[in-house]
Amino acid sequence: MKLAELPLGEPAVVEAVEDGSPVAHRLLDLGFVPGTPVRALRRAPLGDPTLYELRGTQLCLRRSEARRVAVRPLAAPRHPA
Amino acid sequence: MSDAAPALRFGLLGSPNSGKTTLFNALTGLRARVGNYPGVTVERREGETEVEGRRVVVIDLPGSYSLDPISPDEAVVARVLAGEVADVAPPDALVAIADACSLGRSLLFIGQVLRLGRPTCLVVTMLDELHARGGSLDLEALSAALGVPVVGVVGHRGLGVDGLRRLIGRPETWSRPVVLPPADAVSRAGWADSVTGRALLRAPRPDGRTARVDRVVLHPLLGTLLFAAVMVLFFQLIFAWAEPAMNAIDVAIGAVQGAVRAALPAGLLVDFLADGLLAGVGSVIVFLPQILILFTVLYLLEDLGYMARAAFVVDRAMGRIGLEGRAFVALLSSYACAVPGIMATRTIPSPRNRLVTILVAPLMTCSARLPVYALLIGAFVPARKVWGPIGLQGLVLLGLYLLGAGAAIVAAALLKRTLLRGEGLPFYLELPPYRVPPLRLLARQVWGAARAFLRRAGTIILGVSVVLWVLLSFPRGTPPAGLSEGEAARWRVEQSIAGRIGHGIEPAIAPLGFDWKIGVGLVASLAAREVIVATLAQIYALADEDEGSLRAALRADRDPRTGAPVFTPATVAALLVFFVFALQCMSTLAVMRRETNSWRWPAFAFGYLLALAYGASFATHRLVAWWGASQPGLCEPLATPARRRAAALG
Repeated sequence: MKLAELPLGEPAVVEAVEDGSPVAHRLLDLGFVPGTPVRALRRAPLGDPTLYELRGTQLCLRRSEARRVAVRPLAAPRHPA
Repeated sequence: MSDAAPALRFGLLGSPNSGKTTLFNALTGLRARVGNYPGVTVERREGETEVEGRRVVVIDLPGSYSLDPISPDEAVVARVLAGEVADVAPPDALVAIADACSLGRSLLFIGQVLRLGRPTCLVVTMLDELHARGGSLDLEALSAALGVPVVGVVGHRGLGVDGLRRLIGRPETWSRPVVLPPADAVSRAGWADSVTGRALLRAPRPDGRTARVDRVVLHPLLGTLLFAAVMVLFFQLIFAWAEPAMNAIDVAIGAVQGAVRAALPAGLLVDFLADGLLAGVGSVIVFLPQILILFTVLYLLEDLGYMARAAFVVDRAMGRIGLEGRAFVALLSSYACAVPGIMATRTIPSPRNRLVTILVAPLMTCSARLPVYALLIGAFVPARKVWGPIGLQGLVLLGLYLLGAGAAIVAAALLKRTLLRGEGLPFYLELPPYRVPPLRLLARQVWGAARAFLRRAGTIILGVSVVLWVLLSFPRGTPPAGLSEGEAARWRVEQSIAGRIGHGIEPAIAPLGFDWKIGVGLVASLAAREVIVATLAQIYALADEDEGSLRAALRADRDPRTGAPVFTPATVAALLVFFVFALQCMSTLAVMRRETNSWRWPAFAFGYLLALAYGASFATHRLVAWWGASQPGLCEPLATPARRRAAALG
């Protein structure tokens, strides 16, 4: 599942960040590293951007950036490794 | 002090909201020098202090979440550290700053800093907040885990700053990490987790106060209403509440001018002092009330944590035109005046978006256009009710506002798609916990902004004012005898260099329907748009600036050869449109120069807006003239009273 599709409030874990681009690189530096717990807190009144909780901070991403992060909702069954 | 011992240079590095600015101020006090790094719009700040008899220079490096630059502006940090920036010596040692409440994230950046291999110490801020939220941290264990000295600081109370000062007195004694943190982000995150584990970090509870406030501030409906209310209040502060202070400055300058005229014999010197120099000084300090109010509110909202939330609320709308949420505040301020508006772009993190915002800010209808609009609309648009209480004059004014805003949106979108195409920077925005900023810090920030305006832009504004005074006053001749005072003033303007420029550019502006008198007004309005009103009053040989008589004079003016009215509906419409677009404001140009650190961008803005103004005026003139030709009698209701009043005047 993409981070952009993660329902509000549902705990998840970052699985991967789309490879190679400078944007992806920056997302990694911001802490969107595989294995990191993440949660979508709120959407802006106009539906975008979305506020995420990650590593003790609250960070907004636009949908275009949040689409580059794959997450695994913790409630959902595990994918085979 | 001798120059024998060179100053120790420290680079201050930290993520936004880590308390870096507070710490910089706590270390260096008021002695900060603010400038720009060459070639980029990034602000450069250096401060000095003395530690144990040694001179210490603190370089406040731009706040960042990563040391891997993905834009030329971000590359500044790396270039300063490598000593590649001309006349900025690289720092001897680094002071890294981390917020204790988000240590897990901060360490990702600190890991990159440690990899630079420079002597480094870590300052941990917000420890009071960490404890208040039930968290804890062992600083000694953190120091052992990182391999570098660690100091805890509560910057706004000055706690721990003395310890830090002692530490930076002797960077040669700092311990170095035995093993550097990993290079790639994924392993570095693992390293950060192991460090927080060894430092016995107990993560703080979520900030209850912030969560409670955000339930309202970020609520889809309440948050939007609050945003609107804050923006209305903000606009009101800049637009209306600065007005009394600005009027007081005008009155005070007028009084000083009067005193100078009374004290000195009439002549060139007194003219220069009163109309050149004092008027120039006045046109600089008249901005101070707006700038002080703007930056007090701006820094207060920023430091409280609201600005990031406002950007979050409005980001989607601004994203449509390729800008980001924070540009909204700058563009809104520009409705009062582009000078504070352009200065407000400092809160926009992406330099490219900041530049686009600066370039379109002059299109927002500033208050200096209002006197011009009021004169022309009052003189030439009939005060006819269109629908209910809504009059034609008001609709035309609204149309001019909308035209400016629409042009700004189109220009921003075009600039983002062409000249300033995306820098590949992702959009991200941290919402910091709400924090009440210490008043002293706020006052220092506001004072710093005002001082920078006075020194960088004020000098240019003053210089251009004096140049324009020269253009309007030389060559000085003696008007022929028998002229009234007003006619003599008109004679002097027509003889002046500006008058000759007005005549000289007449062929160029004739296609817009403008004659030489409007030409002189346009030259003079470079000082500030509203100056055209006073200049026209002078040209029409009016003893006073009473708007009624100026309106009548404009309506009565006839082309001496053809006898046709000078101000036809087509000309008036073209002139109004010209003022919507043209960047006739040296203060805006001076501030653009100061904020972008080059003449390139003000020159570009002046050029593109002039081209736009010319093209749009030309099209408007043609369109209205063509439409007017098909509507005989269009000017009749206007021309008739004008003629009557002209006869009364003549």
